[in-house]
Amino acid sequence: MVLVFAEHQKGAFKKAAFEAVTYGAKTAAVLGTDCVALVLGNADNAGQLGTYGASKVYQVTSDHLEQFDSQVYSATIAAAAEQLGASTVILSHSSTGKSLVGRLAVKMNAGSVAGVNALPTNGGTFKVTKGVFSGKAISTYEVKSDKKVLSVMGNSVPVEEMGSAVEVENLSVEVAAPKVVVKEVKRAEGIVPLPEAELVVSAGRGMKGPENWGIIEDLAEALGATTACSRPVSDTGWRPHHEHVGQTGVAIRPNLYIAAGISGAIQHLAGVNNSKTIVVINKDPEAPFFKAADYGVVGDLFEIVPKLTEAVKSFKG
Amino acid sequence: MKILVCISKVPDTTAKISFTDGGSSFNTDGVQFIMNPYDEWYALVRALELKEAQGGSVSVVNVGTSTNDTIIRKALAIGADDAIRVNVEASSSMFVAKQIAEVAKDYDIVFTGKETINYNSSEIGAMIAEFLDQPFISYANHMEMAGNTATITREIEGGHEVVEVTTPFVLSAAKGLAEQRIPNMRGIMMAKRKPLKVVEAVAFEDAAVPVHYSLPDEGSETVYVEPDNMSELVRLLHEEAKVI
Ligand SMILES: Cc1cc2nc3c(=O)[nH]c(=O)nc-3n(C[C@H](O)[C@H](O)[C@H](O)COP(=O)(O)OP(=O)(O)OC[C@H]3O[C@@H](n4cnc5c(N)ncnc54)[C@H](O)[C@@H]3O)c2cc1C
Ligand SMILES: Nc1ncnc2c1ncn2[C@@H]1O[C@H](COP(=O)(O)O)[C@@H](O)[C@H]1O
Repeated sequence: MVLVFAEHQKGAFKKAAFEAVTYGAKTAAVLGTDCVALVLGNADNAGQLGTYGASKVYQVTSDHLEQFDSQVYSATIAAAAEQLGASTVILSHSSTGKSLVGRLAVKMNAGSVAGVNALPTNGGTFKVTKGVFSGKAISTYEVKSDKKVLSVMGNSVPVEEMGSAVEVENLSVEVAAPKVVVKEVKRAEGIVPLPEAELVVSAGRGMKGPENWGIIEDLAEALGATTACSRPVSDTGWRPHHEHVGQTGVAIRPNLYIAAGISGAIQHLAGVNNSKTIVVINKDPEAPFFKAADYGVVGDLFEIVPKLTEAVKSFKG
Repeated sequence: MKILVCISKVPDTTAKISFTDGGSSFNTDGVQFIMNPYDEWYALVRALELKEAQGGSVSVVNVGTSTNDTIIRKALAIGADDAIRVNVEASSSMFVAKQIAEVAKDYDIVFTGKETINYNSSEIGAMIAEFLDQPFISYANHMEMAGNTATITREIEGGHEVVEVTTPFVLSAAKGLAEQRIPNMRGIMMAKRKPLKVVEAVAFEDAAVPVHYSLPDEGSETVYVEPDNMSELVRLLHEEAKVI
């Protein structure tokens, strides 16, 4: 059996959970078994996970699960897997999933691959791929053990509806008290966080200074996109650190990445080259970023970006 | 406070990535290797700052062969007191974590980097924590210690979380945790005399290993759009790329 740990935030499931369930259902098909989902803590409407291929949803509730501690969560998931006889566990490669994947693998004595980007194959040996060298290459991993733990990279396997809501059954698992105490959780309201964003507008040193960022924000707003920046821009404090994308920042894979005034250094490309479509705006026709671009506009970003914003607005009408 | 920092060796960020033997191994020809930036810039420096504030020691550990001694000496030059190298080829994440856990039992805090820039797994820290049965806090970008209690800010999607934990624990370091330090001449000279202990590996079977590497498909040709024709770009994004 394949068990998918479906994450939620205060009871609400996000796209990452639906992707993980879709991935789990398809992996179960590859392995010739079925797929169930596991929900930890209180969440309404957990039965909706059936829509993405879970044949059943199990839920464990406990006060100890109301905040995240990797030790408590991995022990609970491992106990649930054991009870249900699941040998393969699927997680999202989110901040939560990344803290769990290795831990759970050790606990279950399983082989793990963190950040898989495609469905596995099982022709004799179980193989699955993931991005390595910061997206500059792809590696195929072989998992030799019967037990397996995989975390699924966001935006790599599209969510698919293949069923309908299913029954939710409470599972009784002993949950230990957490040793990590969560004091505060802060999330920016209203905007989609970068790792989940489908549309990203990013800018670099070509902007000249932080006071000019209004045109980038306007374009992002017109598109409903999230803003990002290159490393020197966040290092000099023009923009907050969490906007820094690249090899040493956030790695993203949106559907659309628009880069204005960014030269396209190899370390920058490493974090964005998995974007589906890349648009580069740069006054230097020789800027290396154009080689990685699907669409290029050569010229002054201070003229081009506002025009693009206008064009987006009139398109959206 | 006894602190252990896990350091790994990775290809330089500008290295050209290619593979040999039909995609079975990384082509190291002409590749410069460096200490993984997250380990060097953030984990090691924050560990040194804690020692400077509270006393104690900072050790570094690497799982690898003697070719890794250059990055180990660099960590000693930046300020670590001593080093341990587990003398074995790092064959998989869990294998490395097991080797580190074997030598990490008596430390108050074990630091790892957020991820290596070659394998990008960010799983070794969590594995070490599980082998040691300790708490694990990932992606720390701020950390203060008062006695043996740490208050740590960790990155989560679109925000942050502040947590409290007491030693011993394992933590992975992200940008913001500290500021990069450049080794000075005195540090480099002193590093030569600092102890580097080489220990043999314990037996451990790999359950998941990389068996093949390939390069992503070269993207299609760039289509250029005139700066005065942004409605054409919007049309292409809508009709051709289908992303808006
Ligand atoms: C170990 C290491 C890790 C790194 N990690 C990262 C990382 O994660 N992310 C990252 O981004 N960088 C990273 N870097 C830095 C990287 O090497 C580059 O220095 C950086 O990406 C350059 O940022 P930029 O493109 O904004 O600036 P620049 O390289 O200065 O480019 C500015 C661009 O703007 C264009 N421009 C200027 N004015 C205009 C205008 N009016 N209209 C249109 N275009 C204009 C210029 O032609 C130029 O191409 C790393 C470096 C190292 C050594
Ligand atoms: N061979 C190694 N020796 C010591 N520490 C390592 C080694 N490989 C990885 N690490 C540590 O584990 C962290 C995460 O690595 P990874 O799980 O591969 O992304 C790194 O930032 C290092 O701190």
